[in-house]
Amino acid sequence: MELLSGADMIARFLQDEGVEYIYGYPGGAALHIYDALFRQDKVKHILVRHEQAATHAADGYARASGKPGTVLVTSGPGATNAVTGIATAYMDSIPMVVLCGQVMSHLIGEDAFQETDIVGVTRPIVKHSFSIRHPSEIPEVLKKAYYLASTGRPGPVVVDIPKDMTAPTERYEYIYPKKAKLRSYNPVTRGHTGQIKKAVEMMLKARRPVFYTGGGVVTGEASDGLTDLVKRLGFPITTTLMGIGAFPQSDDQSLGWLGMHGSYESNMAMHHADLIIAIGARFDDRVTNNISKFCPTAKIVHVDIDPSSISKTVRADVPIVGPAASVINEMISLLQGREIVSSEALAEWWQSIDGWREERRGKLYEPSAAGEVLKPQEVIEAVCRATHGQAYVTTDVGQHQMFAAQYYKFDKPNRFVTSGGLGTMGFGFPAAMGIKQNFPDEQVVCFTGEGSFQMMMQELSTCKQFGGGVKIINLNNASLGMVRQWQDLNYKSRHAHSYMESLPDFQKLIEAYGFTALKVQTREELESALEKTFADNDELVFLDVAVDPHEHVYPMQVPLGAMRDMLLSKTERT
Amino acid sequence: MRHIISILMENEPGALSRVVGLFSQRNFNIETLNVAPTEDETLSRLTVTTVGDDRVIEQITKHLNKLIDVVKLVDLTEGSHIERELMLVKVKALGAARDEVKRTVDIFRAQIVDVTPSQYTVQITGDAGKLDAFLEAMSPVGLLEVARTGVSGIARGDKVLSL
Repeated sequence: MELLSGADMIARFLQDEGVEYIYGYPGGAALHIYDALFRQDKVKHILVRHEQAATHAADGYARASGKPGTVLVTSGPGATNAVTGIATAYMDSIPMVVLCGQVMSHLIGEDAFQETDIVGVTRPIVKHSFSIRHPSEIPEVLKKAYYLASTGRPGPVVVDIPKDMTAPTERYEYIYPKKAKLRSYNPVTRGHTGQIKKAVEMMLKARRPVFYTGGGVVTGEASDGLTDLVKRLGFPITTTLMGIGAFPQSDDQSLGWLGMHGSYESNMAMHHADLIIAIGARFDDRVTNNISKFCPTAKIVHVDIDPSSISKTVRADVPIVGPAASVINEMISLLQGREIVSSEALAEWWQSIDGWREERRGKLYEPSAAGEVLKPQEVIEAVCRATHGQAYVTTDVGQHQMFAAQYYKFDKPNRFVTSGGLGTMGFGFPAAMGIKQNFPDEQVVCFTGEGSFQMMMQELSTCKQFGGGVKIINLNNASLGMVRQWQDLNYKSRHAHSYMESLPDFQKLIEAYGFTALKVQTREELESALEKTFADNDELVFLDVAVDPHEHVYPMQVPLGAMRDMLLSKTERT
Repeated sequence: MRHIISILMENEPGALSRVVGLFSQRNFNIETLNVAPTEDETLSRLTVTTVGDDRVIEQITKHLNKLIDVVKLVDLTEGSHIERELMLVKVKALGAARDEVKRTVDIFRAQIVDVTPSQYTVQITGDAGKLDAFLEAMSPVGLLEVARTGVSGIARGDKVLSL
C-alpha cells in the first residue's frame, strides 16, 4: 500500500493519467502542489505570465491534440484570472481540467486572504466542478474530472483544492482509479437507428441538400467519416467557423463556412436548401441570422451529442442524439448499395451553386496597387501560400479572425484554432504557444491585431523561458477593426475609442524579449519578409504588417435578415 | 403552461445551487421550489413549478438532465398526478371575525394549530389553487403572516420516480 500526501497524489495522478504539460502560476494555496511537481520530472509545468494565458495555452493544446488541457492556479486572483479562459473553453466545448488552490478548509467563508468562491464564480461556465473535502478523495475526483471534461460534449471542469487537503504531513492510500464512477452521467454512444434510417431516406430523396457541420465533428474525431459520407452523396457542404477543416476546403464540394461573414455561396445554398443535415453544430445566432426567416424551405436533420443543443433555436424535423462519428458511420452503412433518387435535381442544384460561386469570383476584395499599403486579405493568402496551407493557425478576435477564416484554406481538422463562441481577444498568442510547445516540429501561426495582441503580450516572456517558435502575424491597422467596421455601418463612422493611439514600437518591444520582429509597410516588402519569418521553425518571429484600416469584412449578413440577406461590399448587397 | 418537475439529485453541497443557477442563467422561471433529502440519504428530491411553452419546457428538462448532479427527473404534469402544498397562516381573530375565521377554516378543511386571544395560526394543505382561494377568503379578516412550502408532487398509479 502506497501512502501519499494530497499534493503528491495530484502529481502522481497527473503522471498516471498521462498528462504531459500543465500550464500554471504558483501562489500560497497551491504551494504544496507546486512542491510535489518540483519533486518529479514526468509532468512538465509551463510557467505563464498571467493565469488567463494558462487556460488559453491549455485550450490551444486541447484543440490541436484532442486531449484535455490541464491548468493549475492558486486561489483568489489566480483563479479569477483564469475565468475568461474557462468561459472560452466552455463556449467552444473544449476539454480542460482546471486545478485551483483554495484557502484552508477552516477559513472558507471568512473572507480569508486570497479567498474566492471559485466554484460559485465559475458555475455557469463549467461542465462540472468539484471541491475536495478529504485528501483521500483526490484520485477519484481527478479521475471524474478528466472523464467528464473529455467525454460526451466536452468542456472545462474546475477542481477546487483547499490547502489543507494537500498538506505534506497527512498521507493516505493512493490507487490510480482506472474508471470514473458517476451514476448520473452516461453519454450516449450511438444514435437511434430508426431516426438515422429516416434521415438517410430523406437524404436519398433530397433535391437541394446541404451538409452544415460544426465543431462537434472536429472534437468527435469524425472528419474522415464525414468526408467519406459527403463524397459518397456528392452533396455540397458548409461548416461553421468551429467546424473548419473537418471536410477539405480545397475539395469542390466545400462551400466554405457560413453565417455572418460566411461565403456567399454557403449562405445562399442554406437559404434555398430543401434538406439541411446538421452534424455537431448548434444553430447559433452568428449562423442563422433571424430565426423566423431561417431557411424557409428546408427540412432539418440535426445530429448532436448534446440533446439540449437540438431544437434549442431551430426546431429539428429529425433529431438524432449521438456522437458524430458513430452516427455518420451508421449512415454510411445504410447507404451501401443505395442510389440517389433525384440525381437530376441534384445536378440542377449544383448548377445553382456554381452560379452563385461565379457571381462572386474575383470580386471578394480589391487587391492593393503597387506601392500601396496591403489589404489584410492579401496577407492571409500570402501566409497560406508560404505555409502550404499546412500550419496550425490560431487567431485573436475581430476582422483579422474573419479574414484568416476566409482566406487561409484548411484541409485538415484541428488546424484552425479560434475563440468562436466567446470571442475572446487575447486568445490567439497563448493558444499558439500551447500548440507549439506540444508540437514543436509543426508550423504554428498566430494571426492577430495590435488590439488583441496587447491583451496577452506578456506571454513573450513565457516563450523566452520555455521556447515557442510561434509566427505572430500582426495585421496592424492601428484600429479595433471590427468595432470600427460596425461604427462605419451603424454609427455614421463615429469611431468612438476604436482608434489605437500610442501603439508601442513593436519592433523594440519584441526585441526587448530577445526575439526577431519584422516590419512590412508596402506590398513589395511582404514576400521577402515572409521568407525570413518562416526560415527557422524554432524561432519566434513577430511580423508587423501595416494593412488598410478602411477595409471591411464581407460578406456580412444584414441584421434581422435571412441567411441570404448580405452586404457584399461597401456598395453591393443581395 | 404551468409544469411541475420533480428531480432526484445527488445530496451534495452545491447541487441545489447548480439547479437554481441554471434557471437564472438560461432565463427560465421558477414559481415555487421545494427540496429535501429522500429515504436514500445520498439523494435529494427537488420539485420546481415553472411556466413556459413546450419549447421552453423541453429545454428546461434537457438542461436539467445535463447537470451531472441530476440523477433522474420527471415532468409530473405530463401524466395524472397529485399536487400538494402546505401553508401556515397567521390571521387576526377578534370579536365576530373569530367565529367567521373558524367557519372558513372548517369549510377549507384546514386546521387551527395555534391560538392566542387575538390570532389563529392555520395549517392548510392542498393544491396551489385551493391555497390561493383560502388566502383570498381570509384577506378581509386580516392576514398577518403567510408561510408556503411550495409545491410537492407525485405521479398517480404505479409510476415511481426512483433509481
